[in-house]
Amino acid sequence: MAERREFICITCPVGCTLQAVVEGDELIDVEGAGCRRGIEFVREELTDPRRTLTTTVQVEGGTLPLVPVRSEAPLPKEHLLEVARALREVVLSAPVAQHQVVLEDALGSGVDIITSRGIPREDSNTLG
Amino acid sequence: MRSLSCDVAVIGSGPAGLAAAYGARERGAEKVLVVERGGELGGILPQCIHNGFGLEIFKEDLTGPEYATRWMRRACDADVEFLTETMVLEIGESRTLVATNERQGLMCIRAEALVLTMGCRERPRGALAIPGSRPAGIYTAGTAQRLINIEGYMPGERFVILGSGDIGMIMARHLVLEGAHVAGMFEILPHVSGLRRNLVQCILDFDIPLHLSATVTEVRGRQRVESLMVSEVDGEGCPLPETEREVPCDTLLLSVGLIPENELSRQAGIPIDPVTGGPYVDEDNATRVPGIYAAGNVVHVYDLVDQVTRSALRAGRRAADHVRRGPEPAGRRIAVEAGENVRHVVPQHVHPQALEQHPFTLEFRVRAPLECAVYARVHADGETLVSRRLRYARPSEMIAVTLKPDLASRIAEAETLKVACAHA
Repeated sequence: MAERREFICITCPVGCTLQAVVEGDELIDVEGAGCRRGIEFVREELTDPRRTLTTTVQVEGGTLPLVPVRSEAPLPKEHLLEVARALREVVLSAPVAQHQVVLEDALGSGVDIITSRGIPREDSNTLG
Repeated sequence: MRSLSCDVAVIGSGPAGLAAAYGARERGAEKVLVVERGGELGGILPQCIHNGFGLEIFKEDLTGPEYATRWMRRACDADVEFLTETMVLEIGESRTLVATNERQGLMCIRAEALVLTMGCRERPRGALAIPGSRPAGIYTAGTAQRLINIEGYMPGERFVILGSGDIGMIMARHLVLEGAHVAGMFEILPHVSGLRRNLVQCILDFDIPLHLSATVTEVRGRQRVESLMVSEVDGEGCPLPETEREVPCDTLLLSVGLIPENELSRQAGIPIDPVTGGPYVDEDNATRVPGIYAAGNVVHVYDLVDQVTRSALRAGRRAADHVRRGPEPAGRRIAVEAGENVRHVVPQHVHPQALEQHPFTLEFRVRAPLECAVYARVHADGETLVSRRLRYARPSEMIAVTLKPDLASRIAEAETLKVACAHA
């Protein structure tokens, strides 16, 4: 049975409202997409919804106690909380480099978690 | 008193300051100095650890720290100079800054041109007048963001968020990821005030209860917040007493708007637009004081960092032009006014002859949301110059309309430009 479902596309800041006709996880029709990516978005939401995860990880001996991290690519949505929980157990030692891998192949998703900035050692004198 | 001099001085090293400084160097200013009160460059970006930055400028989905790193590198590679942990106390006569820091004490910095990039501040509780006690546990969303993302301190266990700005929505998600409980988000308006993508990926994805047309009517608790009274509101935003109920929580986050930070500008006598809270600027981001430019959130609050960067690149380049060529001949100035369903427009005035040289972008916000096809129109003395069809217009999304040089002759004699946004 085909049904109508509404989606808000999150691919870019426009946030198009998409009216989709779906049957199970199959997309029959979409209206309201401002560009092609909207159609792709709905297709992925139906079969394999993914989001980029961003959080922080502890750092010892750095100029700051935390380093921000991100998933290198979007992760399956249902894994976000579990990966965030796993990252709470990770402790890095300064210095930390930008884009250093923090957790490889997070929960077997094939996606690495990487730092989004560097953290110098506490005793160093580096700007930014 | 120590004395420094430079071609262009920039106040603040957030995304606007970095881009203004880079733009000024790129356009040939010799010595460009950025004065930053914090210990780190990048302004608010280091604590904005979420993604969504740089989609327009880099065509990449970057986090705040990554976006900041890119512009820090650009500025450093362009030999921009930085003075950190240094507070500007005053903008004096002839663009002389009085500043201070722990190492060197008071100093004066003479600049040929100045770019104001002080950004904005969050609207605090005092501006809301919520009745009740004054316990610990009330933070602006951005303060909580700094505590959690930079300092590693979780300020509560059970949160309520008042307002639905982007920072509030992003914090709601992050609190859940960090293992805290978010009891709900309350927004007095019938629509969320932040971007729709944040509504999906921060609120709906994490099943956070969102209450529209509802607000906090009382804070309860002696030492610490113990609960909040919340109510639905009527069409005028007045609480409906029969809907009042108690929500237990220990922390209230406020995400109720941003205000351009212009104490320095005001004190320097730079005229401020009461609607935006930022300096009146022209098409080149020049304020009404010669040689002083302003860009980014200090002028009016933008939705996206990419837009902040663009405005600051323009301001930085014009500041460099001012240094090289000296003050431009004043020329005729015409007002740009907010017409039907438009809350404010930036720039507030333009120089018609400048349109012969380069296009102008008029940026504005609508008053009321229109979820249907609309026209954004620019009129010169009642005659339509530009008409742009949009699929909708929302107060949360800034709209930009560009005037191209081929319109120069049509505004040459005009008295005013008026921007309107209404049904098709």
